[in-house]
Amino acid sequence: MKERYIPIAGTIFVFIALFLTGGALYKHFLSTLVLGDLLADNAFIIIAAIGTTFVIISGGIDLSIGSMIGFVGVVMAGLVGHGWHPLAAAAAMIAFGVLYGGIVGWIIDICDIQPFIITLAGLFLLRGSCFMVSLDSVPIKHSFVDAFSAWRIPLPGSGFLTSSAIVMLLALLAGVVIAHFTRFGTNVYALGGDRTSAALMGVPIRRTTVMIYALGGFYSALGGVIYALYTASGYPLAGSGVELDAIAAVVLGGTLLTGGVGLVVGTLFGGLISGLIATIIDFDGTLTSAWARVVVGLLLFLFILAQRTLIGTRNALRQSIG
Amino acid sequence: MRSRNWLSGIVLGAGMVFAASAASAVTIGFSQVGDEGDWRPAFSKDMQDEAKKEGIDLKFADAQGKEENQLKAVRAFIAQRVDAIIIAPVVVTGWDQVLKEAKAANIPVFLADRDVDVADKSLYVTRISADFNLEGRLAGAWLAAASKGRCNIVELQGTTGSAPAIERKKGFESVIALFPDMKIVKSQSGDFTTDGGKKVMEAFIKATDGLKGICASFAHNDNMQLGAIQAMKEAGLHPGKDVLMVSVDYVPAMVTELKAGDANASVELRSAIGKYIYPVVLEYLKGKKDWPKWVKIPSDVHTAADVK
Repeated sequence: MKERYIPIAGTIFVFIALFLTGGALYKHFLSTLVLGDLLADNAFIIIAAIGTTFVIISGGIDLSIGSMIGFVGVVMAGLVGHGWHPLAAAAAMIAFGVLYGGIVGWIIDICDIQPFIITLAGLFLLRGSCFMVSLDSVPIKHSFVDAFSAWRIPLPGSGFLTSSAIVMLLALLAGVVIAHFTRFGTNVYALGGDRTSAALMGVPIRRTTVMIYALGGFYSALGGVIYALYTASGYPLAGSGVELDAIAAVVLGGTLLTGGVGLVVGTLFGGLISGLIATIIDFDGTLTSAWARVVVGLLLFLFILAQRTLIGTRNALRQSIG
Repeated sequence: MRSRNWLSGIVLGAGMVFAASAASAVTIGFSQVGDEGDWRPAFSKDMQDEAKKEGIDLKFADAQGKEENQLKAVRAFIAQRVDAIIIAPVVVTGWDQVLKEAKAANIPVFLADRDVDVADKSLYVTRISADFNLEGRLAGAWLAAASKGRCNIVELQGTTGSAPAIERKKGFESVIALFPDMKIVKSQSGDFTTDGGKKVMEAFIKATDGLKGICASFAHNDNMQLGAIQAMKEAGLHPGKDVLMVSVDYVPAMVTELKAGDANASVELRSAIGKYIYPVVLEYLKGKKDWPKWVKIPSDVHTAADVK
């Protein structure tokens, strides 16, 4: 097996092992209903995490996506309340996300600031703005929203693929194409692998950085739109902490936090693993939810340790060759 | 061939045992908001204890204050085909779709504590909760009796816009409106916190020159009243004697204050409400399908006389 596929193989193995464990422990667990719910309920986190995957592969980080999800929701609710069609409101918010991300990327490059600190500023800025827009959760009442959330493809068995799950899978497909079949995608990997060499090889650093964060903004805004449609409401506290869940999904998906290495499709499984742990705990019904965090924390720890070992052997190989 | 028959026999037998054990007990999924404050953990614990007493197989899920966790939990309950679902909602919005899924799976849904905003009220059987308005009315009625209908009141409001703050205020005002010499002279939000209550009372003390002419302090919860008691003591006043102190919740710390005479009355917001909730669910499952959309849990006023 190629070295780059080892982490994703590990991720998929953990996912399947967890699913089978749930099936062995609880009745009705091994069903398409649980699988469909898993895809639907975690769709918004996974969508946002796809954007985070690009950011992390490029060697950056984005802490503002949870706040973006909340902000997109409350503004969408406000716009629909003022008579906008939900799709028009969604398009406006996605445009905002792209623009916002682009500006963040531009500032990171121009001012040579740590992405950590500028996106942390974005976290506060957007969350604060949520409360400026609304203090309460605002319902989004529109026939399109009802139709969107009710529409679904039945799966064999009792399950179904909801519209949010389908949007997530399409967004994932787009992410895979961008990462692996475009010049931009190659540049992202080059930038994260070694910034100096990338610049020397002629990778347009500024343009790529702007595009990476714009793409991150696109995906987090899309995640916000899906969350708003999924809950048919805008809630100023929505998505708090999701930036960390997204980063966890990316890392569990086999992407290295040091940048340069990772697969977009891994993020899908990374996100599903956290979701699966939560589902197992809900099925059990006697464990406290604290276990979800503990298990995700342990898994993260194991994954990072395994990655370190992988990098260690790779560097050792390189040195012995060099 | 023979061993395969054996194996299938064992599997079938185990399956039947499993099915039989599952059929005997009622399985209820309960999705709780989280464990904020003093009241909610007590409520969660009571639900778990009462379930044991009733022989209910309770699936408890704590949403940690997040709507998305709660939606996941409810969907997990549906997938698990529990007999009934109880939800203490994190937010009022966003429930239409998942409640429709529960209905499609023939699983009745009951609400505890907060309300939900759904277009089709038939998506849930009933809401079982305390009546905040009644709590306000009880506090007002107690104060009217204790002050003989003549009283200038300072009010410590809960978090602006929250249902308990709105309803307790409305209920309280509806009763004192019956007495021409009772009125609220100052009213501010202390955010339901001890610290907030203390700050608001300090401001009241300054604004009224040591609470001159004030006969009572009404707080929307005990925590704020505890803060107010502190502020009054620091200003050299005697809460419970100079000023009548009435609030809502009846938390253990307030019981201590009632005993010490620093507070006069507290309306109980029960946390031990499993004994009001489960009978409704169980009777529904046994066939009593017609319930009012709101089953109210009774409230009670406690004074120093009760805690001696």
